Amino acid sequence: MNGKGKHLRRQTKVPLERVDKYTWRIPKEYKPGMRVPGTVFADDDLLKKMTTDRTLEQCANVAHLPGIYKHAITLPDGHEGYGFPIGGIAATDYEEGVISPGGVGYDINCGVRLLTTNLSEADIRPKLAELANTIFKNVPSGLGSRRKDFRLTSHELDRLTSKGVQWVVDQGLGWPEDIKHCEENGCMEVANPDKVSTRAKERGLTQVGTLGSGNHFLEVQKVDKIYDPQVAKAFGISHEGQVTAMIHCGSRGFGHQVCSDYLRIMERAVHKYKIVLPDRELACAPGTSKEAEDYYQAMACAVNYAFSNRQAITHWVRQSFEQVFKRPAEEFGLGLVYDVAHNIAKIEEHRVNEHTRKVWVHRKGATRAFGPGRVEIPADYRVLGQPVIIPGSMGTSSWVLVGTPKAMEVSFGSTAHGAGRMMSRTAAKRRFWGGDVKKALEQRGIFVRAASQVILAEEADLAYKNVDRVVEVSDKVGIATRVVRLVPLSVVKG
Amino acid sequence: MSVKKRFEFLEHTADVYIAAYGESLEKAFENAALATFEVMTDVEKVEPATEDLVEVEAHDEYALLYSWLEELLIRFDTANILYCRFKVYSIEETPAGLKLKAKIWGEPFNPERHLQKVGVKAVTYHRMEIVKKPKAVTVRFILDI
Repeated sequence: MNGKGKHLRRQTKVPLERVDKYTWRIPKEYKPGMRVPGTVFADDDLLKKMTTDRTLEQCANVAHLPGIYKHAITLPDGHEGYGFPIGGIAATDYEEGVISPGGVGYDINCGVRLLTTNLSEADIRPKLAELANTIFKNVPSGLGSRRKDFRLTSHELDRLTSKGVQWVVDQGLGWPEDIKHCEENGCMEVANPDKVSTRAKERGLTQVGTLGSGNHFLEVQKVDKIYDPQVAKAFGISHEGQVTAMIHCGSRGFGHQVCSDYLRIMERAVHKYKIVLPDRELACAPGTSKEAEDYYQAMACAVNYAFSNRQAITHWVRQSFEQVFKRPAEEFGLGLVYDVAHNIAKIEEHRVNEHTRKVWVHRKGATRAFGPGRVEIPADYRVLGQPVIIPGSMGTSSWVLVGTPKAMEVSFGSTAHGAGRMMSRTAAKRRFWGGDVKKALEQRGIFVRAASQVILAEEADLAYKNVDRVVEVSDKVGIATRVVRLVPLSVVKG
Repeated sequence: MSVKKRFEFLEHTADVYIAAYGESLEKAFENAALATFEVMTDVEKVEPATEDLVEVEAHDEYALLYSWLEELLIRFDTANILYCRFKVYSIEETPAGLKLKAKIWGEPFNPERHLQKVGVKAVTYHRMEIVKKPKAVTVRFILDI
């Protein structure tokens, strides 16, 4: 026991200047190696939480990266990560800067997608438990989840990681219109399976179409409140009470192994290119190096894997609706609003000091939030800005926001990605019992299926920060504004 | 203390922070592996039915701990085997650094019998420490969940 305090309270005090109610600056002078200041978007409470771990120190460390532009950003959901804080953005020059696998994370393209239906809560309430049970059966979740009915050969896995959602739809798992409603149209074309290790591929073979565990979930939800009716309508959301479905998961063992493999390669690159870093886990390589090119091509395979994973799960969710209601999925709508990545690095163009620069944008626990007009946004949303989907924790609300011009100015077109934990898993298990958590949710009309009681205790909503507060900061800063709040009707939890 | 603690879970908000102990580096590595599987399941319910050999190499002790645990996670993902007993019988110096040889025992994961706790995505270097005192080695590390 006595070891704990010592390890928790080692962080030093990071100096902060308040810029406005929701914006804080870590001055560049804080550490001699910082190339830019740090910027933190948070309200007082969220900021206070960040001072209890190494979040702010890590933000200052990220500001050391060669070629970093403007500032290292920590978002309102920011918390301590590995090298980079989780809930952050770093943009570096394409040529003079670096790319870092730590700035993407282990779960490459962990992300979320939202489907809408033409059903209302009343239509679904009598069948809610049956629907949740059917989804739970059709979409493997939890520890070591794998599919017995959808096994890929290694050749097929290479096709999937090269072609992404298109390939999955070609196999009959999904509708052609799903493709254009994914970030990157569900495929980063730079993907090259030759840059992915055999071990990563082996880990990925049986896991396409599985949820995994931890904070990943699959929810049937309803629209709780519409904040921006015009944008909501364009995103397919017309009334409060409308039923939606949300899928939150990532690239499974495939992506974790790609990250792990390239962290080793990048550690060698740090020595080779004599890059000075304040933390081993910021390991990176110059943007124009072979190591950077290889990582980017391998990362893109994992990105495509995750898009494909969510696409396959979408198919089985639609199938679950068909099985329960005995009608074709199309009759319920079940169209894809959008699929967004939360852990990714991309080459993008941004305005920096009156110039348009080609940059590596690292989004680690951050959602792209492009404002109106960007060509990367699907044509039918382009005049409005892109849909930003922010999942809550178990039993709490989730959000749809819309990207803004302000995000293009201040956060490289990005915003927050979720709630972020408040309490450790150990503490949550001490404090909550899975059965009570389930009962409390059921009293609120939320049906829950989870792989185990332990998961329910660890994922209790009180163990997480309040996602509504995170979203409020995003909205007030203006880097993505509120469109719709969703609340769960049923939760399938890994 | 009659029974020495083999490992414990320390406080960490987002993920799992482990301290594993042993009278030697080998023993501490064994207990680090045990703790890693305890995150995923109730290890006591896992039978040591199958035996496998593991060899990993790395340039230093930190990288060796990382690679050892990573190898076990890969085996779980690919072979679907939960491990419950670990014997690290040597950690030797090689021209490239260090080489670990171990035997590990476990059985195929069966959701009907084995408690499903949380899956481990990866080992990290974050806050990793290897503290060596005579007859008392402590390793600390964080698993990404």
